[in-house]
Amino acid sequence: MGLLSDPNRRRALISMLTRLNAPICVVCYMAGVAWFMGLAFEPFTLRTYMSENAMGSTMVEERFPSGERALATAREFAAHKKKVGGMPVDWLVKTMEARGLEVFTQRFSRTLPFPDENKERYMVKGTNVYGILRAPRAPRTEALVLTAPCSPDDSNNQAVGLLLGLAHYFRNQIYWAKDIIFLVNDHDLIGMQAWLEGYHHTNTTGMDWSPLQGRGGSIQAALTLELSSDVVTSLDLVLEGLNGQLPNLDLANLFYAFCQKIGVLCTIQGKLQRNDWDSVSGYSHAVQTMMLMVMKQASGRPWGDHGLFLRYHIEAATIKGINSFRQFKTDATTIGRLLEGMYRKLNNLLERLHQSYFFYLMPSLSHFVSIGYYMPAFGLLAVILLLRALDLWVQLASPPPRSEDGMTDVEESSPGLLSVLTPLVISHLTGAALYLLPIHFQEMAVEHFPVSETEAVVLTAIAVYTAGLALPHNTHRFVSGEGTEQGWRVLKLVALLYLAVLLGCTALINFSLGFILALTLVPLAAFITPHVPKVLSAFILVILSPACTLLFSVFFFQELQEMPVSFQDGWVLYLSVISQGILDHSLYGSLVYPLISLLVYPCWLLFWNILFWK
Amino acid sequence: MAAHRCSYSAVLFILFNLSVFIVVDSHQTTLTNDHHGSVVDNPQTASETVEQTAAQPAVDDRRWEATEVEEEAIPDDASTDTQGTSTPESVVLSSLPKPKDDFQEELVVRPLDSGDIYASFQFRTLWETDFMRGNKVSHYRLFPKSLGQVISKFSVRELHISFTQGYWRTMQWGQPFLPAPPGAELWVWFQDTVTDVDATWKELTNVLSGIFCASLNFIDSTNTVQPSASFKPLGIGNVTDHQFLRYATLPREIVCTENLTPWKKLLPCGSKAGLAVLLKSEKLFHSSFLSQAVHIRPVCQDQQCKTTSWELRQTLNVVFDLHTSGQSKREWSLFKMFSRTLTEACPLASSSKIHIDITDNPEGEQFELSPATPLLSQAVVLGDRRTFSVYDLTQQTTFGAVRSLNLLIRWKSSEGHMLRPLLHAERYVAGYGLQTGEIHTLMYNNHPFRSFPVLLLDSVPWYLRLYIHTLTVTSKGKDNKPSYIHYQPSKDRLRPHLLEMLVQLPPNSVTEITVQFERALLKWTEYTPDPNHGFYVGSSVISSLVPSTVAMDTNSTREQPLFSSFFPCKEESSFFVRVYTEPLLVNLPTPDFSMPYNVICLTCTVVAVGYGSLYNLLTRSFQIEEPSPGLAKRLANIIRKMRGVPLL
Repeated sequence: MGLLSDPNRRRALISMLTRLNAPICVVCYMAGVAWFMGLAFEPFTLRTYMSENAMGSTMVEERFPSGERALATAREFAAHKKKVGGMPVDWLVKTMEARGLEVFTQRFSRTLPFPDENKERYMVKGTNVYGILRAPRAPRTEALVLTAPCSPDDSNNQAVGLLLGLAHYFRNQIYWAKDIIFLVNDHDLIGMQAWLEGYHHTNTTGMDWSPLQGRGGSIQAALTLELSSDVVTSLDLVLEGLNGQLPNLDLANLFYAFCQKIGVLCTIQGKLQRNDWDSVSGYSHAVQTMMLMVMKQASGRPWGDHGLFLRYHIEAATIKGINSFRQFKTDATTIGRLLEGMYRKLNNLLERLHQSYFFYLMPSLSHFVSIGYYMPAFGLLAVILLLRALDLWVQLASPPPRSEDGMTDVEESSPGLLSVLTPLVISHLTGAALYLLPIHFQEMAVEHFPVSETEAVVLTAIAVYTAGLALPHNTHRFVSGEGTEQGWRVLKLVALLYLAVLLGCTALINFSLGFILALTLVPLAAFITPHVPKVLSAFILVILSPACTLLFSVFFFQELQEMPVSFQDGWVLYLSVISQGILDHSLYGSLVYPLISLLVYPCWLLFWNILFWK
Repeated sequence: MAAHRCSYSAVLFILFNLSVFIVVDSHQTTLTNDHHGSVVDNPQTASETVEQTAAQPAVDDRRWEATEVEEEAIPDDASTDTQGTSTPESVVLSSLPKPKDDFQEELVVRPLDSGDIYASFQFRTLWETDFMRGNKVSHYRLFPKSLGQVISKFSVRELHISFTQGYWRTMQWGQPFLPAPPGAELWVWFQDTVTDVDATWKELTNVLSGIFCASLNFIDSTNTVQPSASFKPLGIGNVTDHQFLRYATLPREIVCTENLTPWKKLLPCGSKAGLAVLLKSEKLFHSSFLSQAVHIRPVCQDQQCKTTSWELRQTLNVVFDLHTSGQSKREWSLFKMFSRTLTEACPLASSSKIHIDITDNPEGEQFELSPATPLLSQAVVLGDRRTFSVYDLTQQTTFGAVRSLNLLIRWKSSEGHMLRPLLHAERYVAGYGLQTGEIHTLMYNNHPFRSFPVLLLDSVPWYLRLYIHTLTVTSKGKDNKPSYIHYQPSKDRLRPHLLEMLVQLPPNSVTEITVQFERALLKWTEYTPDPNHGFYVGSSVISSLVPSTVAMDTNSTREQPLFSSFFPCKEESSFFVRVYTEPLLVNLPTPDFSMPYNVICLTCTVVAVGYGSLYNLLTRSFQIEEPSPGLAKRLANIIRKMRGVPLL
């Protein structure tokens, strides 16, 4: 700061920054990307450790004996499910009551804004069944939740069976200090959303549900179980929740600790941990694992039924049983023992999980990167925007060499304000159109074009997005006269600062989304002026636009999952991803779609506007 | 409004008193030998009252007992404190009129539909004395001295204290005999001679804290309220000015053996003899619900209420869980419940009985009870006429040949189902995030055709800032205007919110009361050591006169003995019920306490360095001063010279 209060040194510093602006920006960008890639390198990461004392040293003995019985219950459940043709509510109520739980049901119904073609549903009606194990001598102030989704097809029966088996076993134990809620939710996330909204008596998404009759106080933690086979080879932990929220790292640590203790193979992002971090393949394995987490987190959608709990400040994760061709198998009793151990430790909690990190990336289940380590990568990208803004500011502040007197400055600045305001307003209106039109105009689109509702929504979105590219021509109609040299500089300065604030805020909430957007938007924001070659720049600008970023992400994600797709399939996938994003927003309140359409896209349009400045 | 208030509180007050007496006192004995047994067949007294006729009134008997011990007690004060040691056989009769005292013990066992079992102990000590007179009461026999001193020192008119672990599950267990909220609850009526009630209250809570080994000393002005209508005196007395009443709950209080032991020490026989031998902590704390309480109040000694005496009623309610008891059969016995059997009554007790509720089991189709007893009694409890099997412990025959009583209840059916109690309530916090929230209180009236009023008492700590303008009361989708609202706003760090309402519950309905609140940000020293656990809000108290199911029962198919239907029935058309909702656990915005030192250092650095220089940059105007180049400039020039750049 002392540096800045000396006018000479300030001038020197600023002149250096403006003179070396371009090289510094390039170096920052490279450094940012390199830093990010370095995060997956094992010596740079931290080993996970249990921070919560209540879960750390206490010994827990797992005794769950009845895995076979749980599987028999699962078969019974499957038979009843087939007979009823959906959720066997009566059977579940009876079974839970027989296990000594307080059983309640909740009905819900929801009409989707447009049909979901992935899951083939439009008007959803269902019933959640949950049983509460009342802890002895506890005043109903705290609860833990174990959920298993009841899926319409033949999968996940074993999860329900194991849930009932655990309920039976847990009921006979004396040591519970928190109520335990066993929930079987219908229609996966929609049922979960209905139950959570009912439990907390909120209504954020306009769903119809019947009020809950029984509660267990404030929920401390939740686990979702997904199990579709009698034996599994490994258990996968899913952490990413709504809007990229993650549960406290201690929950992942707990899972990892018990997998180690019981001897179950555990994975994250479906990837086993490897020990050869110093080899190239080992490193690339870690990078893949971390990139998968980044992509999933950036998508902002819940990757398991646990994802909706996080909004309510309830630490939650999904445990998925995976049955591959590996020889070594784990039976249901072992999984039951694992869950028993986890619940007993969660039961020991005195406070909510808060000791460990909430913001982290995991290159493997045993290593993590905390916010302090990954934020510099984003910071290095964001500082480019500020440097460019500083450069522009200096250029604007120093009088342009052509005009000698102040009169021309005043004359120039007054159309400048209008020329800044008009593109800002128009691009935001386009963004609002992109947000509103697809859903509201689907009926009209279906009438006039031979497409289904879902296609209509997605195609409308793409049409509005493309129509926005004609913006510069529209803008100039409103602005009288020619745009000046000062005008685009002011506009670019505003756009740069706008983008910096936008990306900064996004990265604080959802680092992955912020980083991916910064990766593509920052270079274009840095180099764009009206004087660069138009056609080439326009092409680059389109390639780096949010929509194309999404397209690349889809292919990249498939590549990472080792399921590469052809361009044709990728395009279909891309369309469905857009429709899923819009659905996620209206069903669960995911913020990625409004963020992109209302803020990021208009911001990108500003740069597009600068390129075609006249 | 004022008229309404008066009439309602008057009505409630009267009925509260009546109903409480009815609930606990109205045991109609239907078999005469039972009645006799309680008076005459006490083995100790029988051996000495040979010359007395069997028809001699029970009062005389008691007086005789009381006198003899007073005589013995005079020389040694210490021995009276350990009352279990005095033996009535070794004393001489005295004709001097002395204060009379009397001790009764009772255990009621009710098998619950869910397969659980509910055991309720009541120990009652009556003492005809006056603590408030000028002369100090110094001779104690059955009445515990520690409590007697508390009564006289703090001019207590009525004292009710309860320690509870667990929440009473009304939906599964029905109504308890004596309701209590989770944690500790204390309410006290002071005599109207007390001038500084708050100071007395403060001192009293500290003393009680010592007596019961509980954290009652955490009761201060921030959690004490003066309810205007919900808590009326249960004993005799006509002062209802609520400025002499103090009510406080500690929902966080954890009840353990350390509270049970001092409670047991207040009993005349301790845990040496009588029903109290069953109170073994390792079993009591292996249960679903445990509540122990002490109630002290002045009561009438006789029908005309010419003399009053002090009643100390110690109660202990416990519910044992079928599932966690680790047994495959649905079967309960005294030994399984308490790991003890009974061998004798407390020698100091004038009556010692066990009642087993067999109302739902008239022909023994639900469960089997052994050993069987010929004694039956009927009582109206909580608006319902119940039938009990009675075991009189003062009779030697009760214990049988093995000289020990181990009651056994063996279930035959195995169906448990949810009950529909006429009145029950629940409460929860709605919303998410750490800024605002909403408290929902739901009250269910399951009566098919009668509506009844309930009094709701809510005491909310100050750090939840209630927005009282958002208070809504709705039943059946319609606005339900409370006929009486008493609201006292909170003062930060001084007193809690107090909200009392009289609400009419329509028949067969759910009434929902919502009020929004804002979560306050506390000062950093005000957080508890475990701030992320959350902060407790005590239970709401719902007091009501619920229409009785007995009065509803118009068909006379139920067989009644002729003699019981001859006299006018004592049953009321409605009965008093107090329901406590669950306490709430609310998270407040909490700073990260994990590294306070780092946080403080960082904050100070940012403020000192960052803000200071930024402020300088913004407010000062900088001008270049040419004359003498400063040291920095000279250094810069040297470097520039070396680089071959023009000097500054």
